[in-house]
Amino acid sequence: MIRLENVSKRFPSGQDALSGLDLSVEKGEMVFVTGHSGAGKSTLLRLIALIDRPTSGQVIVDGKNTNRVRRRKIPAYRRHIGMVFQDHKLLYDRTVGDNVALPLIIAGVNRRDTNKRVRAALEQVGLLHKEARNPEHLSAGEQQRVGIARAIVTRPKLLIADEPTGNLDPDLSLEVMRVFRRFNEFGVTLLIASHDIDLIDKLGCRRISLNEGRLEKDSHSGFEEEAFLIEGREEPEWR
Amino acid sequence: MAVNRHTEAVAPLRSSGPVSTWLGRHVSTAAASLGRLLRQPFASFMIILVIAVTLALPAALNLVVKNAAAVSGSWENALDFSVFLQQDLALNDAKSLADLIEQRADVESVQLISADEALKEFKEQSGFGDALNQLSKNPLPHTLVVRPSAQNTAASMVLLREELNNLPETDLVQVDTDWVQRFHAILDIVRHAIFIGAVLLGAAIVVIIGNTIRLDIQNRREEIEVTKLIGAGNGFVRRPFLWTGLWYGLLGGALAIGLVWYGLYLLQEPIARLAGLYHSDVAVLNFSLREIGSILGIGVGLGLIGSWFAVARHLRRIEPR
Repeated sequence: MIRLENVSKRFPSGQDALSGLDLSVEKGEMVFVTGHSGAGKSTLLRLIALIDRPTSGQVIVDGKNTNRVRRRKIPAYRRHIGMVFQDHKLLYDRTVGDNVALPLIIAGVNRRDTNKRVRAALEQVGLLHKEARNPEHLSAGEQQRVGIARAIVTRPKLLIADEPTGNLDPDLSLEVMRVFRRFNEFGVTLLIASHDIDLIDKLGCRRISLNEGRLEKDSHSGFEEEAFLIEGREEPEWR
Repeated sequence: MAVNRHTEAVAPLRSSGPVSTWLGRHVSTAAASLGRLLRQPFASFMIILVIAVTLALPAALNLVVKNAAAVSGSWENALDFSVFLQQDLALNDAKSLADLIEQRADVESVQLISADEALKEFKEQSGFGDALNQLSKNPLPHTLVVRPSAQNTAASMVLLREELNNLPETDLVQVDTDWVQRFHAILDIVRHAIFIGAVLLGAAIVVIIGNTIRLDIQNRREEIEVTKLIGAGNGFVRRPFLWTGLWYGLLGGALAIGLVWYGLYLLQEPIARLAGLYHSDVAVLNFSLREIGSILGIGVGLGLIGSWFAVARHLRRIEPR
């Protein structure tokens, strides 16, 4: 689903966010990316979402080389990826339902299907009863779940999340992760940047650890193997 | 339940047909943009008022010129020629000449004022009666008052005048069209000046709307970033701002027409009084349907141009970070 080949990203300041990163995420995987702030987690997600482009190397998403996606085609590309942000990025001038409907409106889905899908998405995150509310009046955890509903309302095959639980307390974080887990069970590929190692351990998913733009570890929780131990392994054991 | 939903979910996104999608998007965006304007009624009204005044100014001047041209046009065709005949011409010859001229197609009627009649009238009206009695001989010639027929054009009027002037019996043809023509020339200059002014004012409207949309874009920066982040193209982001510009222009144009109408309403009485003094019933010309259409169209056009400039300059720079 996602393949990075020798990807480097150098910022105009000269700082290397990623250097020579090779990575592969298969369809249907749920993978966490961890690391200190500045380790390159966000940069990795930004490259996948085409908010940034790699300085060198290739990022291939769902068989599509992002280097070949032209500027004008970026919106269409993004519509196939669900994105969840640490700060939710909800719009506070409209209701929860309208926020979730936005990707469908952009895609030009007709009103009846839109309403149906919005309700389905909100139900999956347990917020159907808040459809008509303004997101301002929702708790942080609820707002994040609205953000997730918006990310999945177009039923993307790939969902990327940047610190989705960064602002949430442990209970809410676990709740959000459970929601992710459920999507994963339905076949959605997830790539989640997080520094909440305790939480990741509880979920038992594959974990990629970045340090200063390089791959430090690639394991699944519970097996704190060093990266060199699993080098060359095509697929994680747990699959 | 949830599982079911998701299997159905994997079906690709189905959008309605391309045309109805396009139309539906525009209708909903148009309504949303209008709603946004109405939610800030005072601020929106101020901008619309500025646009309306700017549009109303040249429109009103244009209406004044149109009325002036119409009035002077009726003067021109109503003007009579005074043909002063040679001093020594006999009254009978003058009469036969009058009959001859009256048969022309481009002449409606000819009235003969004999020298004696003219003198009598002059005596009565001038107050020089006694002094004129001292004259041994009537200094006035016979005069023909020639009324051209209504079908005459400006060119045929010149021709008629020329031919009357070339008659051997004619001493002098006097027509008061010269000042009418000067008046028309002045109107023409005024018309050009209004056009130039209108172009400048139009540029001002473009700037006003452009600036308003620019502020609007700044205020909605976050929204633009978020929508771009979740896959909105430039077209989608641009659409509401273009509609906002269009609404400003359209409402500004409508208000401009309203302002001019109100002005006409206020002027109705004084104009009627003036017309009464001239014993004429001058009907003030209002905007024709086409002119109303053009004012609204110009408003919409300027609104779109202004918002397009703002959008082209500022929207592209807002990219998700």
